[in-house]
Amino acid sequence: MKALVSVKRAVDYNVRIQVKPDGSGVVTEGVKHSMNPFDEIAMEEAVRLKEKGKITEIIAITVGGAKNEETLRSALAFGADRAIHIKEEGEIQPLTAAKALAAAFKKEGAQVFFAGKQAIDDDANQTGQMVASLLDLPQATFASKVELDGNKATVTREVDAGLETLEVDLPAVITADLRLNEPRYLKLPDIMKAKKKPIDVQSFSSLGVTPGAGLKTTKTSAPPKRSKGIVVKTVDELVAALKGKGLL
Amino acid sequence: MSKVLVIAQHADGKLSAAVSKTVSAAVAIGGEVVVAVFAVDGAAVAAEAAKIAGVTKVLTVNNAANEHLLAAALAPQIVELAKGYSHVLFPGTTFGKDLAPRVAAKLDVQQVSDIMAVNSPTSFDRPIYAGNAITTVEAPASPLILGTVRLASFQAAAQGGSAAVESASVSATIPTHTRFVNLEAQKSDRPELQSANRVVSGGRALASSENFKIIYDLADKLRAGVGASRAAVDSGYVPNDMQVGQTGKIIAPELYIAIGISGAIQHLAGIKDARTIVAINKDAEAPIFEVADFGLVGDLFQVVPELTGKV
Ligand SMILES: Cc1cc2nc3c(=O)[nH]c(=O)nc-3n(C[C@H](O)[C@H](O)[C@H](O)COP(=O)(O)OP(=O)(O)OC[C@H]3O[C@@H](n4cnc5c(N)ncnc54)[C@H](O)[C@@H]3O)c2cc1C
Ligand SMILES: Nc1ncnc2c1ncn2[C@@H]1O[C@H](COP(=O)(O)O)[C@@H](O)[C@H]1O
Repeated sequence: MKALVSVKRAVDYNVRIQVKPDGSGVVTEGVKHSMNPFDEIAMEEAVRLKEKGKITEIIAITVGGAKNEETLRSALAFGADRAIHIKEEGEIQPLTAAKALAAAFKKEGAQVFFAGKQAIDDDANQTGQMVASLLDLPQATFASKVELDGNKATVTREVDAGLETLEVDLPAVITADLRLNEPRYLKLPDIMKAKKKPIDVQSFSSLGVTPGAGLKTTKTSAPPKRSKGIVVKTVDELVAALKGKGLL
Repeated sequence: MSKVLVIAQHADGKLSAAVSKTVSAAVAIGGEVVVAVFAVDGAAVAAEAAKIAGVTKVLTVNNAANEHLLAAALAPQIVELAKGYSHVLFPGTTFGKDLAPRVAAKLDVQQVSDIMAVNSPTSFDRPIYAGNAITTVEAPASPLILGTVRLASFQAAAQGGSAAVESASVSATIPTHTRFVNLEAQKSDRPELQSANRVVSGGRALASSENFKIIYDLADKLRAGVGASRAAVDSGYVPNDMQVGQTGKIIAPELYIAIGISGAIQHLAGIKDARTIVAINKDAEAPIFEVADFGLVGDLFQVVPELTGKV
């Protein structure tokens, strides 16, 4: 069983985001980037399923500029067998990414599409669902547990009300939530080995994808700042302060 | 003029509180506001939706396949129903986040996620980078605009409406490739996290599920909802539906009390709209104090029981 895992390059989650003073976006130049954390979890899950013998081949895939190659190399170090780089510079919105990912999934004839539930840069939480929709496949989003069994998957999902379990026929799209697993640390030998694994370079045109109109960002601003409040010394002071504000 | 379709979320025959907030966003867009209730029998839910002020009409789409509100089952029906509307809005809950993109892709529309402000019928503000930046986006009006609504950014629309309820029929092929197995819902008598006026949250510092009693005791005294950091959920002290933050629940209570929580940006993303934030932490350097209106440096195991006794 072949699995495709989408991995996106994003500003590292530890970076303090700076909005450019002219409102044209956030500062990304010279800032640490890494694989979107949810995609690391998706990768880890695919690797574990391969270790269990449920998956036979893992293909990592990304849509983005030349720098995304480093994200694919990380995915290969995790344990992907090979990678596809849909090389396109500039902003790529979820629907466009989804069209390209869906086209590649179809071309590969894979059985499972793993994605992160959201990318921590655009926080869109769309792409996996869109891939499923474009291909009329089942989707199991926000997964915290995945079991593959023959031609179906049983997936537990983190929903607002608690934990929901779905059974879906394969092929299917599964998006990873935080508690699906804890991704392994990459080891140097694996990072070295990853350098030799093949990356197939594609483009929107090679996959027959035309980017749509999409959203136009007209301004990016910093959120309203919360001012630092006061430090109280005792519980009594805290109670008095809250009473003073009418909160108790 | 705009014609906005709001997709209703409901469970156990009751309308979700998220819907009246979504309606507020629809009203901000202007024009007609139509709420669609997909259900096995949507009569009771539709009657509730009809009472929301600002709603022009409620449509019920009854179908046995709508029992569990699965995205795969609902999406083809919404695609049919959406024809003729200028906007389709979903609540920014796990229900809406799962479903909306499935509809958007079918309509070939780039979705606007987490609408936090409506500037005009085509211009919206939305957060990116865990709310550390806000973008203003212009969405193409054609064929329609589709988005999810960030609930913490909108007040619930008032009651007092009396919209007409009609049943709608849609012809859509509903796939059978996705089957509901079960829902393990957490039952609690405490106020629901996303609509509670007051929320008390505990973090890793609680160190066990038994110790979380300290948090529950204070919450019960305050009639507050209870939340948690990711670390507390990951460690198994509390269930996942209590997580507050970028990937948990985004909340906007009048009072938020963070106890033994360091204040990572991903946690702060969930509480930026809280009116007043109180932090209790033994580390005076913890980042949570940067955003707290009132900070108390101390050991939670001493301070919190004392606080519970005094409120
Ligand atoms: C992609 C991604 C998404 C994430 N999403 C979320 C999210 O939605 N929500 C979320 O919360 N986190 C999220 N996180 C995790 C986040 O980065 C932090 O790891 C997490 O919030 C830390 O939880 P904590 O504050 O409870 O634990 P810690 O950071 O370990 O803080 C514990 C605090 O307790 C204090 N303390 C210890 N003992 C005591 C005591 N006796 N009395 C008083 N204080 C004490 C310590 O001083 C410390 O400040 C996410 C991370 C990633 C990478
Ligand atoms: N440009 C991209 N390249 C590869 N994967 C992507 C890309 N955009 C989105 N994804 C995948 O879709 C998930 C959700 O992204 P988003 O919808 O942008 O929040 C991510 O975690 C990735 O797995």
